[in-house]
Amino acid sequence: MTDIFGQTLNLNYVLLLPEIVLLIFSMLVIGIDAFKRQLNISGNVPVGLALAGLVVALTLSILQVNMDEDFARLIQVDSFTSFFRILFIAITLVLIVGSHEYIEKSVSHVGEFYGLLLLATVGAMLMASARELLTAYLAIELLSFSLYIAVSLARSDRRSGEASLKYVLLGGVASASLLYGLSMIYGVTGATQYHEISAVLSAGDTGLTTPLLLGLVLIIVGLGFKASAVPFHMWTPDAYEGAPIPVTAFLSATSKAATIALFLRWFGGPLLPIASDWQFILSGVAVATMVVGNLVALQQVNIKRLLAYSSIGQMGYMLMAIVAVGSGFGSDATSAVLVHLAGYIITNLLVFISVTHFFNQTGQEEITSFKGLAQSNPYLALMITAGLFSLAGMPLLVGFFTKFILFQAVVSAGHLGLVTVAVVASTVSLYYYLMVVRQMYLYEPEDGTEQWRLSLTGYVTTLALFVSLVVFGLWGTPLYAAADAAAAGMF
Amino acid sequence: MTENDGYFLIALIVLPLLSAVSLMIIPSKERALIVGLTAISSLVMFFVSIYVFMAYSFDGSTFQGVMSYPWVENVGLLGENGISLKVGIDGVTASLVLLTGIVVLPGTWVSWKIQHRLKDFFILFYILTAGVYGVFVLLDLFFWFLAYETALLPMYLLIAVWGSTRKEYGAMKLMMMLMAGSIPIFVAIFALFAEVGLGTFDMEVLLSASKDEHFQKIFFPLVVIGCGTLGAMFPFHSWSPDGHAAAPTAVSMVHAGVLMKVGAFGVVRLGVQMMPEGALFWGPALVALGITAALYGAISALRQTDMKMLMGFSSISHMGYVFVGLGTMNVIGMTGAVLQMTAHGLMTALFFLLIGAMYDQSHNRDLPNFSGLAKQMPIWSVFFVFASLASLGLPGLSGFIAEVHIFIGAFRSYPIVGGLAVLTAAITTTYLMRALAQAFFGEANPKWDSLNEMTWIERSGAAVLVGAILLLGLWPSPWIDRIAPSLSQIPGLMM
Repeated sequence: MTDIFGQTLNLNYVLLLPEIVLLIFSMLVIGIDAFKRQLNISGNVPVGLALAGLVVALTLSILQVNMDEDFARLIQVDSFTSFFRILFIAITLVLIVGSHEYIEKSVSHVGEFYGLLLLATVGAMLMASARELLTAYLAIELLSFSLYIAVSLARSDRRSGEASLKYVLLGGVASASLLYGLSMIYGVTGATQYHEISAVLSAGDTGLTTPLLLGLVLIIVGLGFKASAVPFHMWTPDAYEGAPIPVTAFLSATSKAATIALFLRWFGGPLLPIASDWQFILSGVAVATMVVGNLVALQQVNIKRLLAYSSIGQMGYMLMAIVAVGSGFGSDATSAVLVHLAGYIITNLLVFISVTHFFNQTGQEEITSFKGLAQSNPYLALMITAGLFSLAGMPLLVGFFTKFILFQAVVSAGHLGLVTVAVVASTVSLYYYLMVVRQMYLYEPEDGTEQWRLSLTGYVTTLALFVSLVVFGLWGTPLYAAADAAAAGMF
Repeated sequence: MTENDGYFLIALIVLPLLSAVSLMIIPSKERALIVGLTAISSLVMFFVSIYVFMAYSFDGSTFQGVMSYPWVENVGLLGENGISLKVGIDGVTASLVLLTGIVVLPGTWVSWKIQHRLKDFFILFYILTAGVYGVFVLLDLFFWFLAYETALLPMYLLIAVWGSTRKEYGAMKLMMMLMAGSIPIFVAIFALFAEVGLGTFDMEVLLSASKDEHFQKIFFPLVVIGCGTLGAMFPFHSWSPDGHAAAPTAVSMVHAGVLMKVGAFGVVRLGVQMMPEGALFWGPALVALGITAALYGAISALRQTDMKMLMGFSSISHMGYVFVGLGTMNVIGMTGAVLQMTAHGLMTALFFLLIGAMYDQSHNRDLPNFSGLAKQMPIWSVFFVFASLASLGLPGLSGFIAEVHIFIGAFRSYPIVGGLAVLTAAITTTYLMRALAQAFFGEANPKWDSLNEMTWIERSGAAVLVGAILLLGLWPSPWIDRIAPSLSQIPGLMM
């Protein structure tokens, strides 16, 4: 088939199979849930269907690992895409397995919830694989809209609705800004294909500096919002606090990773020729994000808000590496970002799933409610401690390795100053992580030392994540090799 | 050392880690099993440390027992041997490995009387030990820093859970100051990797690679500040008295005995050996800070009443000598500095063991509350007087041999500093004698009649340390023969 310009289009639908499978299953889950009374089916069917869809999509994604082909010049299935596909599907899979009790107990509209998670996953996958501005924009909106709804689904929690409304309103503004920015870029270059934009911009001065810069700033604002970069982060703590915990985890993992994928695709691709124009803006944003995220986290009393600010701080480290991508250090910096991203996600999932189980048992999410957890549930206390220490980049855990690689890449690209800020910020972060650890280990539980246990799936998921935390912490080769292969696909 | 001795170096890291993992599996009710396991593993570590020390003999090649396993290579930033699990020791680390083995053994013994969560204590204690051994034997900068942080992290819980006197404050202050100290080290490591630009963290390669002189001058002070914080170098020392006062006995022993030496060793390895030109440039500053610390610590110790605070300030003073020795940039002074690390480690471990033995009974460490303890606890008092004599540098004991080296080195390079160092030794005598006079002699205070003599376990622990102090004091050549030739390989060092 050819397009209106007479160019041949590759319409190999096999390339989109993982996305298509997930779409079909999400519709099935939502549809079946709507008729579950009439059809008289058990409550386990939606979660089973969702998991089945994810497993099929994961298998298909793994089968496509070595591909490098485009679909209709809209989607590029390369190693970078495969890396993120596998990552995103795995996140959703682990989240659903690890927190299905919470979802059944504390989420209204369970079927829609699973469906929305699958849809959001598709959106995130398309964000990483788009090779054209409008496709990328639509993917962002697919992810965002699914999440706007999912945030509001916490049962009997008024903060949930408030969080959703804030997220929708601010997210809408950010999307508008992003779209306006994209239109500027299109106006200047006359192209939406990444490689065409890149070609136009590297050909030399377009003579349209003002709209180009304006477009850049608007794009950074829009993406910065999605990435919770300071000063566009204000929605993050509220949305994190109000959302059901699995959605908070999803926001902090998939949504952030997809945004970073887009950052890498755009700033390492079409916008790379004008790196000198955006590097200083992103440096400023990265420094502000690291400093504000980690400092404000110090005074939080709610664990979800604490993790929100901590993830803001983490985004700062990754934005810093995007700056390094602009310094002609693309492939190495990209693989460093990817390896840190993967480590961060494993860690964050462990923390969030542990907190989910804690909430299931106690219904509390204040930091002081973790008092004496080391006695009432030593296993969970160890899991949370390991996760928090890994976030702080402490040794023997994956956070140490990935942070080491990330910071080294940025220094090698010549940004020692940025890394100095990052290292200081990460030391500050240790303080607030220790505040949580302190509650668990130094104090007696408030209501006696009644021991309690996790559910089987809780044990399985946390243990699996903990093991990968330690294994990749001591032997990061597979993670780094995968990240490096993914980065090689881009450059 | 033969090639296969590298396995012993690996064993030094694996043994404590393995013990920690096995302890996790043992149920916490089985105290006998926990005691048995720690007894065996500390004894094995002790003998392996001795073997490693004995096996090392300088034969022209600085690093011996070198063994390397590729870990992460040829991806991203990393080239050939990017990150490898590489072990090997030189004369400096040989003596520090021995010190660790000697201190951990009695440290394990005296911890057996802990009632509260003994198992968890030992898990953290052995993770810390693994980190310390790792810093000494690992020759890859990535793993070196990993071990360095591993040695620091358990301190927080060890002090905060099992400590005394303002333990939470002491633990948090210590933790945050030491972690802040690793900031400049972290930055310097990244800069070093980028400066050498060979895509490897192999320390042997990094040591021999040429580094720009300006680079060395900029990053040497960063390393000194970072590692110096852990070495309680003035003015980054203020965590030390608070931390020591709060820490439980074994942790104080290992911390003052070994962990502070990890800091000073960091200055040697990453500072002087890695950036000799920077060290030559900044040597005078190091000497100035060192002598300030020595005087300041000694004078502050004059006014302390809490025994552990006294020892904290005394440690600052003694570590000051180490930095004076390192700053002299001649082989005698630097050898003295490394000897002083060992000497101070043994002596201070003995002090903390003794203070712990008494504090566990009296729950009081204030010197003015005691008098005539020599009548109530004669054996304990003999040990204490012995430790004091070692600390003030009595000939025949370990402190003397180390301080003499440092003083000679200092007189060669900076005569005035040498004079001040001798003056410090005099002040040291004053505060120790004052403490002894106050608490040990005179009328016995009947309030403390109930104090029991040290247990046999504590006596054996103290005896191990006393033996080592005597050995180093009377026959120092095994140490000097290993340390001095390794240090003389550093370019630009005077004899």
